[in-house]
Amino acid sequence: MQSLFNSLDLQFVLGSLIKIAIFWIFIMLVVAYMVYAERRVLAVIQNRLGPNRVGWQGLLQPFADLIKFIFKEDLVPLAVNKALYMMAPVIVLVPAMMVLIVYPFGPEVPLPFGGVLSQLINDLTARVGLNWNVDLRTINLYITNFNVGLLYVFAMTSLGVYGIVIGGWASNSKYSLLGGLRSSAQMISYELAMSLSVVAVLIQIGTLDLNEIARGQGDWFGLRWNIFGGPTLAMLPSALIAFVIYLISAIAETNRVPFDLPEAETELVAGFHTEYSSLKFALFFMAEYVNMTTVSVLATTLFLGGWQGPFVEQFPWLGIVYFLAKVFFFLFLYIWLRGTLPRFRYDQLMNFGWKILLPVALFNIVLASVLGVLFL
Amino acid sequence: MEIVHILFLAFAALAVVAAFNVILQRNPIYSAIGLIVVLCSLAVLFLTLYAPFIAAMQVIVYAGAIMVLFVFVIMLLNIREEESKTDRQKYLKFLAAPLFLALLGMIAAVVKTVGNPAPRGTDQLGSVQTLAEGMFTKYVLPFEATSVLILMAIVGSMLLARREKAEDVERIEQALAASQEGAEATEKEEVAA
Repeated sequence: MQSLFNSLDLQFVLGSLIKIAIFWIFIMLVVAYMVYAERRVLAVIQNRLGPNRVGWQGLLQPFADLIKFIFKEDLVPLAVNKALYMMAPVIVLVPAMMVLIVYPFGPEVPLPFGGVLSQLINDLTARVGLNWNVDLRTINLYITNFNVGLLYVFAMTSLGVYGIVIGGWASNSKYSLLGGLRSSAQMISYELAMSLSVVAVLIQIGTLDLNEIARGQGDWFGLRWNIFGGPTLAMLPSALIAFVIYLISAIAETNRVPFDLPEAETELVAGFHTEYSSLKFALFFMAEYVNMTTVSVLATTLFLGGWQGPFVEQFPWLGIVYFLAKVFFFLFLYIWLRGTLPRFRYDQLMNFGWKILLPVALFNIVLASVLGVLFL
Repeated sequence: MEIVHILFLAFAALAVVAAFNVILQRNPIYSAIGLIVVLCSLAVLFLTLYAPFIAAMQVIVYAGAIMVLFVFVIMLLNIREEESKTDRQKYLKFLAAPLFLALLGMIAAVVKTVGNPAPRGTDQLGSVQTLAEGMFTKYVLPFEATSVLILMAIVGSMLLARREKAEDVERIEQALAASQEGAEATEKEEVAA
């Protein structure tokens, strides 16, 4: 028993749990205020005010919404498949949240009072007979360093489809079923283009580790981003094409306007979550926003240099500022598109995915490989 | 006992339980979900055996793509629970028992020859680089042959799905021509009006 408590495993598990808790709370706040921001920005676009009553400028609105979600009556329609109906929101949210552990928030940063803190922990554990040797003077701003981090993200996002399909089917309603089927078809189609588009960037940078990908874009005063071709400017064309394909298919992958066919109100009421109410609906809603954050984080890390930017070398804490600024830019883009674009028709969506995006993505891999062989 | 071993045993047990779930459930949806759980726990087993790339691929390809199609088809055809409980293949069960025993014997033999059931690899062993090097140098011929095989399957399924009989084609063309004429006629009417 002594050896188990002394082992590095336990320290690793405890440290990771603390980090997970902090990042989780942070992401939940981002999600909550993303909903608020969406309502306010859409209101500005549509020339009205939006929620501005709860707290200063409506800033407490997310908490009011949350309380409302919790206290609403949790209706379970009579004809649903109960077990699957209950499971579906969880199946959507859990993989979406699991991606969190590979977000590269920033570089290795010095922790204020880190020396004192580690001394304190070491003393305290020594008093109960353990000999830990914790060093918290610098910490990494990611939860884990996974050498196939990118593939892990793709794996988890591909599992999220099940929740939507199962939720749509278990609801036993025609709108839900159609929404679920549409959604799964759409996500399978656009997932292909999305994963193929990032290959061009992987050729430039040569690793699947998200932290390494961010670290590799630090030259040129922190501006040598992959979208500019990464190690060589000659790769610029393939990088730009990859970025455009990624952006389009990421929006389709998260079921957002103009690709929000699975929840097209005019034809499907609310799509796969028509029959859901109360907290179960909130879980679906949360998962959608977490997924938006995930694809924004990927876009930032893969194409826009992650946490890199001017002066990050000197002031490492700046990294997380740059990172969040870039992620929020993409999140704003989502809202902006929702305020300005109409919805695709279903056959247009499928044709666009399979007949345009996929061939272009495949061609782009060839282009990137040729450029890579010639110039890298 | 390290955490890795605990993880391995836990997910191995989960895989076995879920595998039983696949064959014992009467509702095809539950079976499919069981199979997804099996595939995901196999991915965790690959992780504990230091093969992260294979683990990720396991989830992306099997759990994320192939099983989605399974679930998709089950829902699209709206297959309900198996209704008939009569055993149509009643002679097969006499074959099943000896085959099951033979399988157990085989597993026992394999376990006996392998000293340590959870071999310790290194991070390098299952990495993308090692795998790619093997695939594109030493095993390039089997790799390409497999690709061609899969391509043949795709082309074959396309051929089967899109086979149109000559008279069908004629009928469709006639219908198309008729609808076009109709559209032109209504256009003319509109113009006239």
